[in-house]
Amino acid sequence: MEIQQTATPPSALQHHYSDIEQQHDSAKFGMWLFLVTEILFFGGLFCAYAIYRSWYPEMFHNAHKVLSVPMGALNTVVLIVSSLTMALSIRSVQLNKSKQALGYLIATFGFAAVFMVVKYFEYSHKFHVGQLPGKFYFYDGIAGANPHQFFSIYFAMTGLHGAHILIGMIVMIFIMIKLAKGAYSPQNYAYIENFGLYWHLVDMFWIFLFPLLYLIG
Amino acid sequence: MDTTGTFLLPPSASTMAGETDALFYFLYYLSIFFFILITGGVVVFAIKFRRKKGDISTTKGPSHNTVLETAWIVVPLILVMIIFVWGFKGFMKQSVVPKDAMEIKVTAQKWFWSFSYPDGTSTANELVVPAGKPIKLLMSSQDVIHSFFVPSFRLKRDVLPNRYTVTWFEALRPGDNILFCAEYCGTKHSEMLGKIKVVSDREFKEWLDTNANAGADMNPADYGAKLYTSRGCVTCHSVDGSTGNGPSFLGVFGHEVALKGGTTIVADENYIRESILNPQSKVVAGFQPIMPTYQGLLKDRDVDALVAYIKSLGEK
Amino acid sequence: MELTNSYPAYNYLNEPKGLKSWLLTVDHKRIGVLYLICISIFFLLGGIFALLIRTELLHPGADMMTADTYNQMFTLHGAIMIFLFIIPSIPAALGNFILPLMIGAKDVAFPRLNLASWYVFVGGALFALYSILTSAVDTGWTFYTPYSTDSTTSVISMTFGVFILGFSSIFTGLNFIVTVHKLRVPGLTWFKLPLMVWALYATAIIQVLATPVLAITLLLLILEKAFGIGIFDPKMGGDPVLYQHFFWFYSHPAVYIMILPGMGIISELISVFSRRKIFGYTTIAFSSLAIALVSFLVWGHHMFTSGQSELSTMIFSFLTFFVAIPSAVKVFNWTTTLYKGSIILTTPMLYAFSFLILFTIGGLTGIFLGALTVDVHLHDTYFVVAHFHYVMVGGTVMAFLGGLHFWWPKMFGVMYNKLWSKIAVILIFIGFNMTFMSQFIMGSQGMPRRYFTYMDQFQPLHGFSSVGAYIMGLGLFITMFYLLASFKSRRPAGANPWGALTLDWQTTSPPHPHNFESTPKITHGPYDFDQIAIEDLPEDPENGVYVKEEKEKIKA
Ligand code: HEA
Ligand code: HEA
Ligand code: HEC
Ligand code: CUA
Ligand SMILES: [Cu+2]
Repeated sequence: MEIQQTATPPSALQHHYSDIEQQHDSAKFGMWLFLVTEILFFGGLFCAYAIYRSWYPEMFHNAHKVLSVPMGALNTVVLIVSSLTMALSIRSVQLNKSKQALGYLIATFGFAAVFMVVKYFEYSHKFHVGQLPGKFYFYDGIAGANPHQFFSIYFAMTGLHGAHILIGMIVMIFIMIKLAKGAYSPQNYAYIENFGLYWHLVDMFWIFLFPLLYLIG
Repeated sequence: MDTTGTFLLPPSASTMAGETDALFYFLYYLSIFFFILITGGVVVFAIKFRRKKGDISTTKGPSHNTVLETAWIVVPLILVMIIFVWGFKGFMKQSVVPKDAMEIKVTAQKWFWSFSYPDGTSTANELVVPAGKPIKLLMSSQDVIHSFFVPSFRLKRDVLPNRYTVTWFEALRPGDNILFCAEYCGTKHSEMLGKIKVVSDREFKEWLDTNANAGADMNPADYGAKLYTSRGCVTCHSVDGSTGNGPSFLGVFGHEVALKGGTTIVADENYIRESILNPQSKVVAGFQPIMPTYQGLLKDRDVDALVAYIKSLGEK
Repeated sequence: MELTNSYPAYNYLNEPKGLKSWLLTVDHKRIGVLYLICISIFFLLGGIFALLIRTELLHPGADMMTADTYNQMFTLHGAIMIFLFIIPSIPAALGNFILPLMIGAKDVAFPRLNLASWYVFVGGALFALYSILTSAVDTGWTFYTPYSTDSTTSVISMTFGVFILGFSSIFTGLNFIVTVHKLRVPGLTWFKLPLMVWALYATAIIQVLATPVLAITLLLLILEKAFGIGIFDPKMGGDPVLYQHFFWFYSHPAVYIMILPGMGIISELISVFSRRKIFGYTTIAFSSLAIALVSFLVWGHHMFTSGQSELSTMIFSFLTFFVAIPSAVKVFNWTTTLYKGSIILTTPMLYAFSFLILFTIGGLTGIFLGALTVDVHLHDTYFVVAHFHYVMVGGTVMAFLGGLHFWWPKMFGVMYNKLWSKIAVILIFIGFNMTFMSQFIMGSQGMPRRYFTYMDQFQPLHGFSSVGAYIMGLGLFITMFYLLASFKSRRPAGANPWGALTLDWQTTSPPHPHNFESTPKITHGPYDFDQIAIEDLPEDPENGVYVKEEKEKIKA
């Protein structure tokens, strides 16, 4: 019994798929499912947020004032633009312009870095004045019960979000290397396209986080 | 009246028990019916349609039957709806406390129960209540979650830290009922037992009276010895020198005690008093700061008696 | 069917060779086998803890361990059995092996993700084991706060292990969903899928939707413990009951992650060994999906006594009863399938019968627990312990063992000893009932669970229960031995020893490295026993008389 030798498939096609289209469809479907798990993952925190905010509405209102709206707004803009460059990068691959795609991806990476730098300043300020989660909290300018809860939730949510940005940046480095090597083509761009989906989702989380944390009415 | 319990259920000693038991038995017989139906089906078919030796044929049983399949969706659905309503009605009854109920505060902590009555009387691990009177329990915990479980009352309610939970019961007749802790709470979870002593109305009044000035006719050290067991010190402290969750009381008084952080202190009346009312302020070296505070749980006179008792053990 | 019945020289087990080829394999069959080895070890380990528990409970008081050790024993028993054994057991071990074969695919959609899931599983398991070796966790498998945040044992490494294990489960689920959607062989429409595939598909939906919530819950618990963020800590204005909501939001659906694949196996077994089309295919298929969906809405039934509001209590009780109906449908359909069948009492079929009987008991006692007033009495007693062992051991483990005995010849190409396997199934059935039937009585009498010692009045029943556990343990050890012995005896099983019609039996045993030598063709439905004349239906496969051809050889 020998392995059946069919015509050698193009290298991008894995042996258990019958054609590249099936492979793309599967990859995309898988990615969407993964995004669903991400939504549920964050969903737990949004739930916790909703519960605590309904318990301590006053405190939440008072606590949100110490967050810097300009910084948050800046980051929002930065991320939205990064989503755009990400989309442009994918489009460039589809048009077979690898170089241009690389340029856009580097820009995306740059925006992500700006986001992290802004976060760094925000965080270090909070560390400094003691606006910290749980038992580390030592700031006393916020009226209302249990202000440390606000920061527990703030750090849990933005921390998890920041971790996602960081992971995204690491993956971007790999994609950049592959782009530079010309590994993607208009026929084969599922990987970068799926990464784009991830990136949009991470941005979307921020678009929820910003008003929920910085702009409580 | 059911005082011994049955094969399946313990004695039923509260007004709630009857209803719970009725539903329990309804479920029980329903289950027996379905169990016989399914097991009977399996066994009978397995024998009747068993393949004969050498036979390799396949068979043509029905592959579906809409009427039958609808029936066994609808019939169980009706049955479970009956069960739901039945259970829910009983549960609402358990949740709504009668207005005239006597309120007793229940405090759970690792690993004993304390009860305080409206008149200030308090007991540990033994709740004395009159029969035929609704009793409201206002419960909270000092540390982790515990659960107040009296099988013969068919009563269970979790007891949470920093929050009050409420339940109530009305005992049917005098007698002793066992109280378990039903939420896992650590080392002595299985020994966190108590007793619910149901007495007649008259006996209850007498009991309250004697309790109001309990110990008045004893010398403080003897009274302290009584409190030592009745207030649960015994769960953590021995009087024979052996170390439990806390240090032994033997030979403490008047001697030097090494504290956490390296300092030492001579155990005098003030130190003992502070250890009982505010145990976390000076923690003995080598022990976890797990002792609960007795602030508000012991009367002044009780604390004095305990101090006297520990003093008597120290001098020995 | 022109498949040979001798042991194929070229198969996935021996090609390619070498340890490295196993550790780097992306073949779903090999990954399934790797999973099978791991979960068997964990089953053994969890079982040893169970036997220690039962030995300690022979008599009240401290017989052989302290209260603290006992508390660690039942926590480790529960955590290992749930997270390391039962959740991966059928989907990741048997399902991985069988799902692509059943749909005629060459592999799962993402083979490398599949391998990653195994490594993640091993990684998570190492964290969990580390916590056993350092200072075993004593919180119960539910890790309730504030006990778990106060406990000085290694809660962090255990919960972190479980956190990681969650990803392995998500990967498997994600892979299965895509595989079922995209990789079915042409002609295999949804309603020609074997019911096992439907069941795995429904399971995968739960795995993907529920597990992330467990992940975030455990992450918060770890943050709580490591940094004191105070979300669950009542002393800091947090809410310990919130933890319970989060936990059960995952863990209730998780019980259907455990049972649904088992139900899939039972559908296969009952039909094949009744030689008859399964009764009510469509209802069984849809009931799996119904269970998957409704299972997300009932978590609060674990918290009837916790002080949640009356309204939520009512809703959760109501929905709990709802989720019971699809299970009832399945049980009735299976029983009816036996009617007018041609029933063959092979070992897998005996496991299927055990499942039917024991799961019915387990499920019906679940109805007791869903009824509010009755649950108030029974919550956290041995009645609950007995309920979940009846569904998990009497249900899932019986189905797992049935499936293992069913696909063993497919997986390894060899047949096990018929006599010993029947002795074992009988011992397991009797031992199991002795162990846990007595616990129903204790529980309704008021014996609380997680008790290291107990009142004398319960001693006879506890003693009886322990003896039952030893008998069951004996049965399982025998199983382990004759299964391992089947490798030595090397009695070839043949491609289709049971005469089953699903695609997994239309390849050699053990299968070819790429599953099928040529793309299989769909000529009939998975259970169309009535439409097909199978010439060489096996007569007595477990005894070695598995096909006509072979019989003739013996005659000659
Ligand atoms: C495989 C796992 C599994 C499965 C399938 C189930 C199935 C069910 N479970 Fe179970 N359960 C657990 C595992 C499982 N459970 C575990 C692990 C715990 C405890 C966790 C812990 O605290 O540690 C638990 C605890 C638990 C509780 C909480 C008890 C408490 O702590 O107080 C409740 C309460 O409602 C419950 C209910 C049910 C119900 C209604 C079903 C239903 O799905 C059952 C449906 C099946 C049938 C009904 C039988 C077949 C039907 C018929 C024969 C037809 C006739 C039927 C009728 C007329 C209704 N379960
Ligand atoms: C899949 C889940 C599972 C399984 C299979 C079991 C199996 C068993 N359990 Fe388990 N049990 C739980 C899940 C499970 N349990 C959970 C979740 C809890 C709650 C924990 C908590 O409160 O936190 C619990 C609690 C629990 C208690 C209550 C402890 C208490 O509350 O104080 C008891 C007491 O009797 C018990 C006993 C047993 C026994 C005797 C078995 C026996 O059936 C075990 C028999 C098995 C063996 C003896 C091993 C033999 C195996 C081999 C030889 C390997 C062979 C391999 C192959 C065939 C592939 N269990
Ligand atoms: C849950 C266990 C527990 C209970 C119940 C308990 N204690 Fe303690 N106790 C401790 C521990 C642990 C210590 C040592 C650590 C510390 O000082 O806080 C201690 C310390 C003490 C000390 C100081 C002893 C010394 O050696 O210096 C005194 C006095 C004392 N307890 C009295 C009491 C009295 C009186 C009661 C009952 C009314 C009681 N305790 C109930 C655990 C307990
Ligand atoms: Cu208190 Cu268990
Ligand atoms: Cu549940």
